[in-house]
Amino acid sequence: MTRMLLAVALGATLLAGAAQAKDTLTVGMVLEPPHLDPTAGAASAIREVTYGNIYEGLTRIDHRGEVRPALAESWSISPDGLTYKFRLIGGVKFHDGTPFDCSIVKFSYERAVAPDSVNAQKQLFEPIESTTCPDPLTAVVKLKRPTSLFLFDMAWGDAVMISPKSAATNKTNPVGTGPFRFKQWIKGDRVEMVRNPDYWGAQPKLKAVTFKFIADPAAATAAVLAGDIDAFPLFPAPEAIDQFKSDPRFAVHIGTTEGKTILALNNARKPFDDIRVRRALAYAIDRKALIDAAQSGYGKPIGSHYVPTDPGYVDLTGVYPYDPAKAKALLAEAGIKPGTEITIMLPPPSYARRGGEVIAAMLDQVGIKAKLVPIEWAQWLDQVFMRSDFDATIISHTEARDLDIYARDKYYFNYHSPQYKALYQKFVEAIDPKTQLDLIGQLQKKLADDEPNVFLFALAKVGVANAKLRGLWDNDPLPANVVAGVSWAD
Amino acid sequence: MRGAWRSRNLLAGGAITALMVLIALVSLVWTPYGPTQIDIVHRLATPSAAHPLGTDLFGRDELSMLMAGAQSSLSVALIAVIVGAGIGVPIGAFAAARGGVPDDLVMRACDLAFAFPALLTAVMITALAGPGAINAMLAIGIFNIPVFARITRGAARGVWGREFILAARAAGRHDTAITVLHVLPNIAAVLLVQATIQFALAIVADAGLSYVGLGTQPPQPSWGRMLNDAQTFIWRAPLLAVFPGLAITFAVLGLNLLGDGLQDLLDPRVRRAR
Repeated sequence: MTRMLLAVALGATLLAGAAQAKDTLTVGMVLEPPHLDPTAGAASAIREVTYGNIYEGLTRIDHRGEVRPALAESWSISPDGLTYKFRLIGGVKFHDGTPFDCSIVKFSYERAVAPDSVNAQKQLFEPIESTTCPDPLTAVVKLKRPTSLFLFDMAWGDAVMISPKSAATNKTNPVGTGPFRFKQWIKGDRVEMVRNPDYWGAQPKLKAVTFKFIADPAAATAAVLAGDIDAFPLFPAPEAIDQFKSDPRFAVHIGTTEGKTILALNNARKPFDDIRVRRALAYAIDRKALIDAAQSGYGKPIGSHYVPTDPGYVDLTGVYPYDPAKAKALLAEAGIKPGTEITIMLPPPSYARRGGEVIAAMLDQVGIKAKLVPIEWAQWLDQVFMRSDFDATIISHTEARDLDIYARDKYYFNYHSPQYKALYQKFVEAIDPKTQLDLIGQLQKKLADDEPNVFLFALAKVGVANAKLRGLWDNDPLPANVVAGVSWAD
Repeated sequence: MRGAWRSRNLLAGGAITALMVLIALVSLVWTPYGPTQIDIVHRLATPSAAHPLGTDLFGRDELSMLMAGAQSSLSVALIAVIVGAGIGVPIGAFAAARGGVPDDLVMRACDLAFAFPALLTAVMITALAGPGAINAMLAIGIFNIPVFARITRGAARGVWGREFILAARAAGRHDTAITVLHVLPNIAAVLLVQATIQFALAIVADAGLSYVGLGTQPPQPSWGRMLNDAQTFIWRAPLLAVFPGLAITFAVLGLNLLGDGLQDLLDPRVRRAR
């Protein structure tokens, strides 16, 4: 009798389990964000956690890379391209109850454009002359000059709407208007968020989402296999993908990202201030072999700071074909003795750690001894990115269409070219789409010619997820893991 | 019969250890391929005449890497043991010679050190001081210090009570001289055995540290990192995980057998006890 009861109870439990579809999601990420304020830091991981989940902007970029309305339901542009009139969605509230209206837009944009702004993409806001509020639900943004990509730019994770009340504390307690509310952040492990019941848009199907940080490829593989991670959108162990492909429990998502993986060189430091040395390094690296070895073949070679999936791409992979003999000759010409040592900083992602070993072996072939220094992400951001204290490093720039970084006065690899700057200025001010595309091509060619960094490959999106998950993005047109539309099939 | 068994331990352990040392020494001057030489076209190759143990994810020759790995593993372990013994033995000998309060202080300090799990201490030290072979040597060496201090002190205390020490003291010899001339030679056997055991533990510790990325840094090969690299390839190239695993197993087995054999051969107390 007891046994029968037990069996019935057990059966009932099982049925209950089956009837109730899962409504939580755990997403794996390689890098942990240094903080959670997307308007105050360059690390993509910040936006990979928060974009579209916690924070939203006036516009957004969808999974195809197209600009869509977000907190602005519609807009109109004056014929001269200088005035943008945004119609805002009414009744939107921040997670802390602050109502969203035009004053928020004014605050957010003025804060980003201010001289003391710490926004990592300040240049996006630079064209803004003023933001005015004719009524609470209308925002009028005036530009100094026509800016072709303005709506796209305002969809970046760096251009999200921030409430004045929480602006100072967003780094540790992010407050936005998005479909999920921040719950807690266990440093070194995970960020948790829960559904926002007062969300203005469609309610997400997921009740709670956790972002878990695992850099080690082996540990990431184990976590996905064990079901501790439901989705790992940028999976660090591409070699294990075949194993997941053949396992019906998992779905593999192969796509593209905006990641331009480069061997960044400190152009202010010897010997990288010599263009012959930079070109020699470009000749010394066999990109195809690098992709095969470090990324199990996922990824496409690039010849400039631009990915093949973006408009106006020019194939410049033939500018520096793999040619160790030519590399040696150039190094000799530049007076670099065989056995010269350089240091390559390797942040945690496997493209860098593994790529570093492959590149070191390739450089060895042309007589350059590369000392590999693995460093943690926070240290990379501080030492390499902020203080520019490095020889060389391997990193993937995941921001979309970020040719502007080569035109900045101060950027970590210290490339300074007046010609490039002038060219970029021309591009920014161009209104005609055809001229724009032409200038994008010229910019890419100028970079390939100067080779400030060795352009390696476009980072592929190699993702693994539970086969029952629906609504994950196949491509990453910007660094983001938007999970509002994700759900579990029964 | 028992004697034969004892010498078999010694012989087997000695042979394996000698082989490891030989491989490590040879790797300094010759390996079939450069241990860091990549050959991406032939990556993840199965064993063949060209690559007897196959190639790894970058097409590096597995045999060459194992040989170079033996060299880095053995040198990390050797230095670690030298550091541990070099500091631990004098401390232990000092405690034994003085007795009383200094002895108590030293031994309680050792107890304190033993309270920390050895490998975790090493992980902590390398995490703080930065990863790398030298820091790994020091980290492993540091947790060897109390081991040597305690064993030295225990064995030396036994010697200090013996008649010839009393005679030396009566003859006016200084404690330091007695320690160096009479005590240490008498406990050398115990220390040698302990050193062999610590050597084996140090190899495991080094493999553990480099497995989690805190030991020997790339591109210099190390057994622990070879294991880590092989882990995600386990379905495509399972042998990549097997070979470094076997190397660690054999190195540790050899040293432990050697330690056992030495103990039986050298330590008269154990021999009498049996």
